[in-house]
Amino acid sequence: MNGHYQHRQTTMLSRVADSLYWMSRYLERAEHTARLIDVDFELRLDQSPEASSGRWMRLLEALQAPRPEDGKIDATTLTHVLTLDKTNSSSIISCVTKARENLRQVREQCSSAMWEQLNRLYLQVNSTTSSEAWLLHSYVFFRAVREGAHLFHGVTDSTMSHGEGWQYIQLGRYVERTDAVARLIGAYFSREPWSLDQTFDQTLDQAVESEEYLEWVGLLKNCAAFESYCKNYTADLRPLRVAEFLLLNPECPHSVRFSVDKVHAALMAIAELTERKAEQPVRLAGRLRATLSFSQIDEVMASGASAYVENVRQQCGQAHNAIHQIYFDYPAEEALTH
Amino acid sequence: MQFRPPFRNYQFDSAYDEMFEAPGVPRPHYEALFRTLLELPPEEMRKSQQAADLSFLHQGVTFTVYGNDEGTEKVFPNDLLPRIIPNQEWRKIESGLTQRIAALNLFLEDVYHRGRILADGIVPRELVYSCRHFRREMRNLTVPRGIYVSICGTDLVRLPDGSFAVLEDNLRVPSGVSYMLANRKVLKKVFPTLFRDYGVCPVDHYAQALLGTLRALSPLQSTTRHEPTVVLLTPGVFNSAYFEHTFLAQQMGIELVEGRDLLVHDNVVYMRTTAGLKRVDVIYRRVDDDFLDPLCFRRDSNLGVPGLFNAYRAGSVVLANAVGTGIADDKAVYAYVPAIIRYYLGEEPILPNVPTYLLSDSSQRSYVLEHMEELVVKAVGESGGYGMLIGPHSTAEQRDEFRQRILAEPRNYIAQPTLNLSRAPCFLEGEAQARHVDLRPYILYGENVTLVPGGLTRVALRRGSLVVNSSQGGGSKDTWVLRA
Repeated sequence: MNGHYQHRQTTMLSRVADSLYWMSRYLERAEHTARLIDVDFELRLDQSPEASSGRWMRLLEALQAPRPEDGKIDATTLTHVLTLDKTNSSSIISCVTKARENLRQVREQCSSAMWEQLNRLYLQVNSTTSSEAWLLHSYVFFRAVREGAHLFHGVTDSTMSHGEGWQYIQLGRYVERTDAVARLIGAYFSREPWSLDQTFDQTLDQAVESEEYLEWVGLLKNCAAFESYCKNYTADLRPLRVAEFLLLNPECPHSVRFSVDKVHAALMAIAELTERKAEQPVRLAGRLRATLSFSQIDEVMASGASAYVENVRQQCGQAHNAIHQIYFDYPAEEALTH
Repeated sequence: MQFRPPFRNYQFDSAYDEMFEAPGVPRPHYEALFRTLLELPPEEMRKSQQAADLSFLHQGVTFTVYGNDEGTEKVFPNDLLPRIIPNQEWRKIESGLTQRIAALNLFLEDVYHRGRILADGIVPRELVYSCRHFRREMRNLTVPRGIYVSICGTDLVRLPDGSFAVLEDNLRVPSGVSYMLANRKVLKKVFPTLFRDYGVCPVDHYAQALLGTLRALSPLQSTTRHEPTVVLLTPGVFNSAYFEHTFLAQQMGIELVEGRDLLVHDNVVYMRTTAGLKRVDVIYRRVDDDFLDPLCFRRDSNLGVPGLFNAYRAGSVVLANAVGTGIADDKAVYAYVPAIIRYYLGEEPILPNVPTYLLSDSSQRSYVLEHMEELVVKAVGESGGYGMLIGPHSTAEQRDEFRQRILAEPRNYIAQPTLNLSRAPCFLEGEAQARHVDLRPYILYGENVTLVPGGLTRVALRRGSLVVNSSQGGGSKDTWVLRA
């Protein structure tokens, strides 16, 4: 054909892919943490202190944050540690800073609009100082973090080529989300009164009441899924349905199933682009995807929800390791013999 | 005599003024700009300046100042009034610089091979061998096309009589070209009509020309394999010119790599990509010789690639510029460049040098030590305005300090008369003020010598200052070379 345009085979440095992947993971982590604390702040107003500190324990477990040494839950201190404490490497401020550092090192790979958006979020988070007044209106801060992350992804989708680099951003985002949501579900189902690992309990399929109701609303809101849950199942909250929705629903963007689908899709695209089709990461993600799509919630619950999510997390971790070994940090000797 | 705003306080002295041939009388090629400025409300200019500053900040057109506490990132100040060069003057500059880069390349090739020029006593042998940038490892190594310096930025100054002279050659890793391009982009927005009416030669094809130059050095014959893979090697995000590195890589569409992205196996250089290892053919390196290869040069370097120099010696990869080019821009060797041109080309230099005193010579040294208040003393291996004494602006203490340093290491210093650099109008404090400027055109040497018509006009923004380096409070402005 005349004037046939030969598509240039693009090259992506491993370091660059690594940076894009981690940038995206850190940003997702910041957003997730912001949502968790924000939801807690709102629920706390309606709850007794005991109920609230029970939730904090779950929250700390879900975020893999250390529990206070004296066992006392002080929401003010914990909020500070998880948001603006620079010495905590997984606080929101640390995550946003690391996301920006990663993007800064690959600036020529992203659009200027993306850089400006993330830079703006960074400057905003860094100009915030912790105080009583700030705490009282901290929802403004959390909203800014969430919106900043949403804007970044919106700008990314509409200004960056949806090529290999973009796929690593998707990959990082959804690997992080799979892990975070699975951990959150695990934290809810591994404690009394819902730790029903021995036998499947019919109470799980009954509507919950008052105090408990708020807890389940909290879990759904932590996953930005309360409204879509209601659309699916009405406001009739049953633990079984909540678990089904957050684990197995293919359409809810914060469900584990949805996230794993995205991870798998990104890995398929990357395998195609790098011409490494038969590689481990795709296989691992594909297997996890199949597990989730063929699982039924009553079976999951019968064998124990926390064991199930633990298994999901493990498989997700294996995929993460495989991504590192295949694309980012492979041994040179092996690559040379190919 | 009073002039109309914005020239009310415009000052003249013995320096050549780029805009005016006599107080109030603009040179013909500045006439249109002069009239535009008289008509333009200062408020308008101030707004444009703010918009320009903001766009530089957002794009991150910054450099890092060393020696500062935090290694602060600063926006490179840009001045909105263009420096205009008539075509005829440019053509002379172009031929002068073409001649110069040709002679300097022949010099490097000679010094690293037979050393005829040393044997003939044109350039003293000890001067070359004592140079800090002399690389023994380069002896008898043949570089592609015999080109050592393929990217060069030469600093020119205009003397009071209106003629241009070469102040300094930058043959290692010259920087600043991204500011030339960024300035142009801004000025096109600020003065669209004026720009069009002037008929300014474009500079936007620089990145393409650079890529062409780098490809021309490739060890591959274009028929044997696909296109050569060219990469830009940066020291990383903390380097003062990191913005420029990302900018050029993006404009050329090549990978920006760090040392840790590359590895050498069997004398072949590869970059680590997600699709596996990919062979690299040409490296436009913005890393100094010292840090290129810890196995060969500085062992403590984390920026380099172990084994890179061996691969280079084996000819499987090309470095641009070559290793060891620093001997030709040593400030003491500089004094011999006119002789170097005559020796290799049999021609008279088109662009003269600035008179230079070599302090290793005892009679020149004693003259300099007696006249330090009038002279500029420079360390031979330094650049960027570091390691320099400006006699007329110095204190007795500083002069003493330099005197000690000279006596301790005379080979390490040269002196030059304090040059009265030409001045050009700059828009400062809401009006036009005269500031000293120089000019750094960028020369590319691949298949042939290419100069994009223009360059970086650097400005000493502090009143009365003669130092134009960005690290010393300098700024820059766009340079318009006219088509006719």
